[in-house]
This record gives sequence, structure tokens and C-alpha cells, in this order.
Amino acid sequence: MAMKFNTLKRHLKEGAKNTVRNGWMTIASVGAVTTTLILVGVFLVVMLNLNHIAGALEDDVQIKTLIDRTVEQTEVDQLEENIKSIEEVETVEFSTKEEELDNLIESMGEQGQAWSLYEQDNPLNDVFIVKATDPTDTEKVASQIEELNGVYEVNYGQDYVEKLFTFNQYARNIGLVLIAALVFTAIFLISNTIKITILARKKEIGIMKLVGATNGFIRWPFFVEGMILGLLGSIIPIAIIMIGYYYLSGNLVLLQQFNFVKILPFNPFAFQVAGLIIAIGVSIGVWGSLMSVRKFLKV
Amino acid sequence: MIEMQDIYMTYPNGVVGLNGISVNIKQGEFVYIVGHSGAGKSTFTKLMFREEIPTKGKILVNDQDVTKLKWKEVPYFRRNIGVVYQDFRLLPKLTVYENIAFALEVIEENPKSIRKKVMNVLDQVGLKNKARFIPDELSGGEQQRVAIARAIVNHPGILIADEPTGNLDPNTSWEIMHILEDINASGTTIIMATHSKEIVNTIKKRVIAMEDGVIVRDEHRGEYGYEI
Repeated sequence: MAMKFNTLKRHLKEGAKNTVRNGWMTIASVGAVTTTLILVGVFLVVMLNLNHIAGALEDDVQIKTLIDRTVEQTEVDQLEENIKSIEEVETVEFSTKEEELDNLIESMGEQGQAWSLYEQDNPLNDVFIVKATDPTDTEKVASQIEELNGVYEVNYGQDYVEKLFTFNQYARNIGLVLIAALVFTAIFLISNTIKITILARKKEIGIMKLVGATNGFIRWPFFVEGMILGLLGSIIPIAIIMIGYYYLSGNLVLLQQFNFVKILPFNPFAFQVAGLIIAIGVSIGVWGSLMSVRKFLKV
Repeated sequence: MIEMQDIYMTYPNGVVGLNGISVNIKQGEFVYIVGHSGAGKSTFTKLMFREEIPTKGKILVNDQDVTKLKWKEVPYFRRNIGVVYQDFRLLPKLTVYENIAFALEVIEENPKSIRKKVMNVLDQVGLKNKARFIPDELSGGEQQRVAIARAIVNHPGILIADEPTGNLDPNTSWEIMHILEDINASGTTIIMATHSKEIVNTIKKRVIAMEDGVIVRDEHRGEYGYEI
């Protein structure tokens, strides 16, 4: 059903006029959308980054099998074979104690220099770095390796890995529930605002019905108004997210200790979140307006 | 033109609006509906405009059964009927011109013909020189003339006037009546609910008198017939 160009122009104009005319109500509902979208935006950034980091860590969960310093080379080879024969093991990598020390020194940054004293008399062990095919099998694999001969110690940060997995799941779920609740609240607020708009323009709508305007025609300006409210409401959140994330991503890089926790890069991530915020803003605006108009027009 | 067959109307709260009404109004007639408040006059006009649906009965307007109209058809049906109320119902922030143009814009009239139509109808009601005024700058009679202009700008076949002179002084009422007579003379059916004995008894037309939801009298060139 093609709409006449003039009609479309009129709806856009009317919608914009509604928005301006309703001064304080517009500001109030844009404020509500803004608040919601800021929270939604922050949640999106945090959740998506958490997911990203969790994913990276999940991929990175490795079992360090410290090899007993007293065992012979043949026993080391045997140990490698034994580890490889464990069903859930994906890769086994050998790393000498010298390499381990280098890694340690590098990861500590400037403080690591102190450790270079140990280069003469390296206290570390040679290790097998083992990865499970499924990261959630890490604990199972680790306990099997512990049983093997020639193993000094198995190190995989068991608590840390488990806590990470559970935390991630909780965070994801809580985040989703919160976002849903926030979006619902915003829709409710917008629909309430537009309801007030509609009541304020009750006379106008009454006259429109009187002279035979169709419900579709009457509905359109409110649809446009909702869209404008959603769009206006997403400006500040986008600015906050973009600027905030720009500084955050810039500063986190400086913190060497967090090097292993790389957040998503500003480009394209911040723009994707901005797009999502606009989409959510417009959707709740339109949804809110349709909700309030629908009830009203059934007269 | 308009045919009501055995109409009963009971409101959801139990109030009986109409209690068995049958009436036939021909194209071009001028009909007064008289009666005390609550006699059923408003219900009568609302049914014709499809503001209410009767509990029982059939209403034919231009051979179309109004009670069977679908939601989507109602707006188009209403475009053939003009309505004027006691309280004018003008938009206070719009000028006279804009108030009338509004009625055409919202039914998606071709913008090119809007100006011509509005100026013509303003001429017809004698308000051409007040096109740029807002309603508050006009007298009550002038405001009612704007409302009439809006009701007839699309040349409807029927004009319903619900106590159009109810808020006006006698002199102004006569002005309005002359305009309505003119409109009627051009072929538009006019149905006017009124409390004005003077008007009914002076400008003699068909009178339908109602009491307690039924028609108690229907006379060609009738009298008001009530002492108030």
C-alpha cells in the first residue's frame, strides 16, 4: 500500500510538531529513553566484552604439567605419549624451563627484570602445556595427568577456571534479564508519554474521526513521534558509550598486567553498539507509541 | 435516503436510549428532532453517524446498512455526513482557514484543491474576510459558521446538527438558521436536534418529536409542541 508523498510528508511534519509541542513531556520521555539506553549500552558493552574475554580465556585454558626434574628423557617421552593418549586432550606442547622463565620475565614487564637473576640457576621445571578439546573438560584431564609418572605438579588454576565459567553464565543471564526489564520499562514510559500526548490532542483526534480520517492516518504521526523520541533518546547514550569506550580501550592497553584481557577494539565494536542502541531506541519508541494509540483508537 | 427500521438501543450501563423507532427521511429534507433532554435525540443522531450501534434494528443510509459496516469502512462512510455540535469543536490554535483545511487534509484530499474548496465554503458562510483569525477572536455565531463550513466543505449528502444554536443568542441563531436553510436548498439533507421552540415554530419544517426513546409525533411542517 503506497502512501502518497504528501501524506508521508504530513505525517513526518505532524510527528515532529507533536514532539516539539509537547515540550516537557518530550523531554521527560526522551530522558527515560536516554537513561534506559545508557544502562542498556553499558550492559551491552560489559556483557559483550565479558563474553569476548570469557571466550578468549576458555580457548586459552591450558594445563601446565610440571615435569619432575629428576626424571630421565625416556620417562619424559613416555609421559608425553601417556598424556596424548588421554581421550579429551587436543594438543600437547613441550616447553623448556628456559622458555618458561623468559615468558615469566616478559609477562611481568619491568618488575620481571628482577627474575633475570635466576637465569643462571633456573628454579623452574620443564613443562607440557596441554589443552583439552572442550575447555570444560579441563579439570577431568588435569586429574588424569596428575596420576601419571614423572609429573611434579599439575597447574591449571582449577578454582579460577570453574569460577570463571559459572560467573560467565550468571552474568550472561542476569544481564539479559536486566536488559529485558529495562527495555520493558522504557516501552512502558514511552507509551505512557504518548498516551498523555494523545489525551492532550484528544480534541484533534475526535475531529479527525468526525470528518472521516482513517485510523491508519490518525496513528501515523504518533508512530513518527515515537520514532523521534527513540532517536533523540539514543543520542546521549551513544555519545557516552563512544567517548567512554574510546578512553577505556585506550587506557586498558596501557595496563600491561591486563594484557591477557584484551577488550574488543573500538572500531568496529563501538559503532556496532551504537547501531544497536539506535535500533533498540527506535523500536521501543515505535512499540510504545503503537501500544498507546491502539487502545485509544478502539472507540 | 435514511431509513431506520425498528431500532432499539440500550447502553451497556442499562440505560435505554431508543425503544423501537422507525423513520424514513428523504434526500433533501429538513428535519427537526425535538424532545426533552434524555428523550433520545442524541442517540438518534449518533446512530446515523455510526457513533453508536443499535442493539436491535437496521439503519439504511444511502441503501447501506450502517449497522453492518466494518471498522475500516466507517471513516469512508462518515465522509458523506457532516456534523455540527453545540460546542463548535474547533481547534483553538488553528486559524479559521486551517480548521477547515484540516478536515480535508486528514482525508487525504488533493492539496491543490484544498485552498479552492476552503475559500469557496468560507464565502458560502460569509467568513471569507476572517480566514486568518483564530477561533477565540470570533463571536460564537462566527465560530459555529466555521464549524458548519468544516462540516459541508466536502459536500456531504447529509448534515447532522446537534443543537447548533444551543450556545448562541437569538439573533445569531437566526443567522445560523439561514445558513442551514441555504445549505438545505442546495440539496443537502439536514437533521437538526433542537430545544428552540421559536426556531421550530418560525421556520416550519418536518418535526419529529421524541419522548422516552420513542417517536411520539412526526409531522410535516410541524410545531415544537412543548411548553418549557
